[in-house]
Amino acid sequence: MKKFDILTSTAVPIPIEHVDTDQIIPARYLKNVSREGFGKYLFYDWRYDQNDEPVRDFVLNNAIYRGEILIAGKNFGCGSSREHAAWALADYGFRVVVSSYFADIFRGNALNNGILPVQVSEQDLQVLFSYIEQVPSTRLTVDLPDQQIKVEGTSWIRDFEIDLYKKQCLLNGYDDVDFLLSLDNEITSFEENHSLF
Amino acid sequence: MGKSMFDKVWDAHVVKSLDGKRDVIYIDRHYIHEVTSPQAFSALKQRGLRIRCPDRTIATADHNVPTVNQHLPIAEPLSRHQVATLTENCADFGVELFGLGHSKQGIVHVIGPELGLSLPGMTIVCGDSHTSTHGALGNIAFGIGTSQVEQVFATQCLILQRPKTMRITIDGKLQRGVSAKDIILHIIAELTTGGATGYFVEYAGQAIRSLTMEGRMTVCNMSIEMGARGGMIAPDDKTYTYLRDKEYVPREEAFDRAVDYWNTLCTDRNARFDKDIYFDASVIEPMVTFGTNPGMGIPISHPIPTSGHDHFRKSLDYMGFRPGEKLEGKKIQHIFIGSCTNSRIEDLRIVASFVKGKRKFRDIKAFIVPGSKNVEEQARKEGLHEIFDSAGFEFRQPGCSACLGMNEDKIPRGEYCMSTSNRNFEGRQGQGARTILASPLMAAAAAITGEITDVRKMMNHEEI
Ligand code: SF4
Repeated sequence: MKKFDILTSTAVPIPIEHVDTDQIIPARYLKNVSREGFGKYLFYDWRYDQNDEPVRDFVLNNAIYRGEILIAGKNFGCGSSREHAAWALADYGFRVVVSSYFADIFRGNALNNGILPVQVSEQDLQVLFSYIEQVPSTRLTVDLPDQQIKVEGTSWIRDFEIDLYKKQCLLNGYDDVDFLLSLDNEITSFEENHSLF
Repeated sequence: MGKSMFDKVWDAHVVKSLDGKRDVIYIDRHYIHEVTSPQAFSALKQRGLRIRCPDRTIATADHNVPTVNQHLPIAEPLSRHQVATLTENCADFGVELFGLGHSKQGIVHVIGPELGLSLPGMTIVCGDSHTSTHGALGNIAFGIGTSQVEQVFATQCLILQRPKTMRITIDGKLQRGVSAKDIILHIIAELTTGGATGYFVEYAGQAIRSLTMEGRMTVCNMSIEMGARGGMIAPDDKTYTYLRDKEYVPREEAFDRAVDYWNTLCTDRNARFDKDIYFDASVIEPMVTFGTNPGMGIPISHPIPTSGHDHFRKSLDYMGFRPGEKLEGKKIQHIFIGSCTNSRIEDLRIVASFVKGKRKFRDIKAFIVPGSKNVEEQARKEGLHEIFDSAGFEFRQPGCSACLGMNEDKIPRGEYCMSTSNRNFEGRQGQGARTILASPLMAAAAAITGEITDVRKMMNHEEI
């Protein structure tokens, strides 16, 4: 897994609530059997019209907005468990998603793919949207070691929470499989005593 | 303090506690399917690992399979390749596969309970968010991502944060024409689509007790639609009667021993939940959704609410509806009866008994996709397919079908589909398709009238 440490970047705003994983990547693009190449299908049905022409006013087609940070309305990533949603975001180039809360499965999938979900309050989320609306070139810094997100050139700075274990994984590029494999003895002894009836 | 059922099952599966917040949890049953498993198999190969417990792993092909002519090779090359990849992987890693054409094939959440592979007290996962369905039998079942599929393959364990717990108690008696689907759509409409995020739900109360096992599965199935990690219902005599003769369930004394254990799983009287919520079943009406998430549902007699929110407006624009309108009387073009929410034999029986002797409205396209081969066979045995046929409903072969529109079963742009599935997201049933979620009975009624209909107005006393 890709390591994450400190990132400074402009951001792409999607001020829509309850963005579900069917929007992040429609089911018809889930037929590939590898993890690569899903970025081109990211937000496909919002990004392209029925003739596969770019939809002008969708933010990913607007050259003013770019960057490795996505800022989205509350409950981002709800719906299907498809990890393809996280793969598509990562492949497209996003390393951070900011929202006021995340759907549980998506949060886990993001963390397992080197994408940092940063949860801020609803009020702070609206503040971030307005910073970017006013000045699209606004740069944000997301600092994982210090667990802070700040708006460059302003005094706006907030702490964010992340589980300590997941933080270590991201900082070091470890994944859960490595850790779980190291518990082989514990798992075996659990299995010896585990019976359901 | 007493323990909740969730706590009891969870605690029985802790291999190791980490930092007080996270536990390593042992997984008893792992279901896999063609869409979310291939990358996990490749990762396993890359690391040179085997599946730790192939006998705890069961595979089926469901998401991406055709629902007609299943005996022929899959026409679409990518879908064919995906299903073939599952077959190869299962052979390579020694996983039992109920593939296309197999007598036990079907939607993963339909076959698990119906074969008795999902039992009370278990931990159950699948790379699919509706895994909560199995919780109707009294277990902890939830959806996972593909990285976690790989973790379970490699170690039979997951590192999990203990979720908060919520109990939803529904007392009172349901009105005629109101079913399990309406209960859960009602709850989601009240709590909203993200209202249970971070929680694991136990459904309790008289209205839940009086549901059939199939009805309980419908309720648990949609837990994820309010953001919950999963939903569960305490096992009782109905559960044991349902399970007793299922193929993979232990027999005789082993079964009795199991029941003794399962009886200990129920939530203790003095257990505490992080949230306790109550509903009255007697006020629930048949529900319909008007927007683009499952929380946007209303009782059929109510108008669409008004809201100034952008996403609300966007959603209504997509659906072609206006605030203040009623849905009753709106024309529709398609009826889809199927999905892991409502494709079990009981759902098909209800639809059959309602449409018997009736005929679908002119150009309505109505299709029924059974949840499994077993459901399909049973329906044929009972002659339901003939009833569907004479009512003008097409009876297909099992799969996820128009629930997610991954195969060719898609709803055309701009058209309305009344669907017994679980998601009305934009484009879920096809690009630009407009989905109205409802119960099988409401879908059947709409098929007959060609418009959204309050099924209660069509019911005679002798029916249902
Ligand atoms: S029927 Fe629909 S919701 Fe259920 S498993 Fe299949 S795609 Fe998922």
